[in-house]
Amino acid sequence: MTGEGRQTLLPEHARAAVRPEIQREPIATSAFGVVAKPLSIGERLYNVGALRKAVLLLLLALAWELYARWLNNPLLFPTFGATLDAFREGIASGTLPLRAWSSIKVLLMGYAAGIACAAVLTVLAITTRVGTDLLELLTSMFNPLPAIALLPLALIWFGLGNGSLVFVLVHSVLWAVALNTHSGFLGVSPTLRMVGRNYGLSGLRYVTGILIPAAFPSILTGLKIGWAFAWRTLIAAELVFGVSSGSGGLGWFIYENKNQLEIPAVFAGLFTVILIGLLVENVVFRTVELRTVRRWGMQT
Amino acid sequence: MTGSPLLDVRGVTLQYKTRDHLVTATYRVDFQVFRSERFILLGPSGCGKSTLLKAVGGYLQPVEGEIRLKGEVVSRPGPDRMMVFQEFDQLLPWKTVKDNVLFPLLASHRLPPKAAEEKAMHYIAKVNLAKFADSLPHTLSGGMKQRVAIARGMAMEPDVLLMDEPFAALDALTRRKMQDELLALWDDTRFTVLFVTHSIPEAIRIGSRILLLSPHPGQVKAELNSLAHDAPASAEVHQALEQKIHAMLFADAIEAPAAEVNA
Repeated sequence: MTGEGRQTLLPEHARAAVRPEIQREPIATSAFGVVAKPLSIGERLYNVGALRKAVLLLLLALAWELYARWLNNPLLFPTFGATLDAFREGIASGTLPLRAWSSIKVLLMGYAAGIACAAVLTVLAITTRVGTDLLELLTSMFNPLPAIALLPLALIWFGLGNGSLVFVLVHSVLWAVALNTHSGFLGVSPTLRMVGRNYGLSGLRYVTGILIPAAFPSILTGLKIGWAFAWRTLIAAELVFGVSSGSGGLGWFIYENKNQLEIPAVFAGLFTVILIGLLVENVVFRTVELRTVRRWGMQT
Repeated sequence: MTGSPLLDVRGVTLQYKTRDHLVTATYRVDFQVFRSERFILLGPSGCGKSTLLKAVGGYLQPVEGEIRLKGEVVSRPGPDRMMVFQEFDQLLPWKTVKDNVLFPLLASHRLPPKAAEEKAMHYIAKVNLAKFADSLPHTLSGGMKQRVAIARGMAMEPDVLLMDEPFAALDALTRRKMQDELLALWDDTRFTVLFVTHSIPEAIRIGSRILLLSPHPGQVKAELNSLAHDAPASAEVHQALEQKIHAMLFADAIEAPAAEVNA
């Protein structure tokens, strides 16, 4: 049937006039209007992420100020200006930096210990099957458990000191980091795994040389979540259980000032917590992100 | 081609498990590769050629037969058999072109850092990427990434370079160019390469010797000599070989429809 179709088609095809070939010279680029034009200043400013965020922050501060003035109740809701004053005072007297530092110190200890524990657990999980089961079991058991719920126990075990705070911090950091790191490791492409083994890498060198960088986007997410969890837990622990170490941290600062009805100072304490959060997220993690996953093209 | 073979594959049967099947990929495959050969594994998809290459790479063990490299049984992956994969994601995204080529040299403690760097740059220059030595992989085109992978493989100066359809994901023009470049590199260093492809023209262009495999499971159908790449044969000779291979590979496939037409 196709044979017949072709026979009727062939002469027709041959009859069709042969179309001439075409050749053209490209026009010189100078003849174009725009090949590449720089963006206007407004467009370029809009492209700066930090600037956009700064404008948003300013708007939020303005809203706060206006609402507080309209409410006109400094005991319930002080103005942004009054908070800023209390904040400046706290900085000048040295109490706020001191409190913040003692919080951060405990936080960093707990964070580092939590990450170390998570590292051990995940390395165990990717090297052995029992390790995987253990990690899955432990995460499903302990991840939903609020770290604060463990504090009374920790106080009995480790006493009124940094020890018990570090314990609950480890608990709050460990599961988030371990879970994300493990799922990151599982998501590493088979080709990259084969490349690593092709180089003759094994054991810890394989993990540090291939798995960790390849899974870095998820590890970074885990680290961010862990950091936020640690902050929350620490401030809450200080608020609920008051002073548990020598000088007390930011949570204790907030609690103390609430008792003395120094509401602007309470706001200044909260403001400091927020400020540190913003700084860590937008400076520390952002820099790490830019230098690693963004640079490597793993995240756009 | 005298003396003992560099790579000796004898009676190799490979099997792998999927979720609910045990699949035999190749059945009692034999072949020998000698030094400086460009040995092609050619066959339709599903003939186990990639699996065979992975077995030579040491990623899976034969259930029957053995694979020997320089007399030693292959038991695990290693830098003496560098692999070039088909996928573009085989480069480490967190390392620059130079560091990608350098890393296996340092990881395997082949060379001291200084000499390793010189060697890496030498091979990067060979694949014409000297200008991009400090670029990160995601900024390169597909062809450039494959060239880095080839440079990385060659810089290790492995006993045999294993290439798993390295040009299959490239566009036709780039593929053609890469084939020429590979041959030029071979003229330069006379490395031994085991090359997997499903394209007959590519096999004839690149190979010095071609192993034809039948599908499901892969068995050796023939082992042919290809045409010399530096003394271009006439188009007819080329076409004749191409048709011969085509006929051998698809002999079974052609018989079936022919029977249908007759009926």
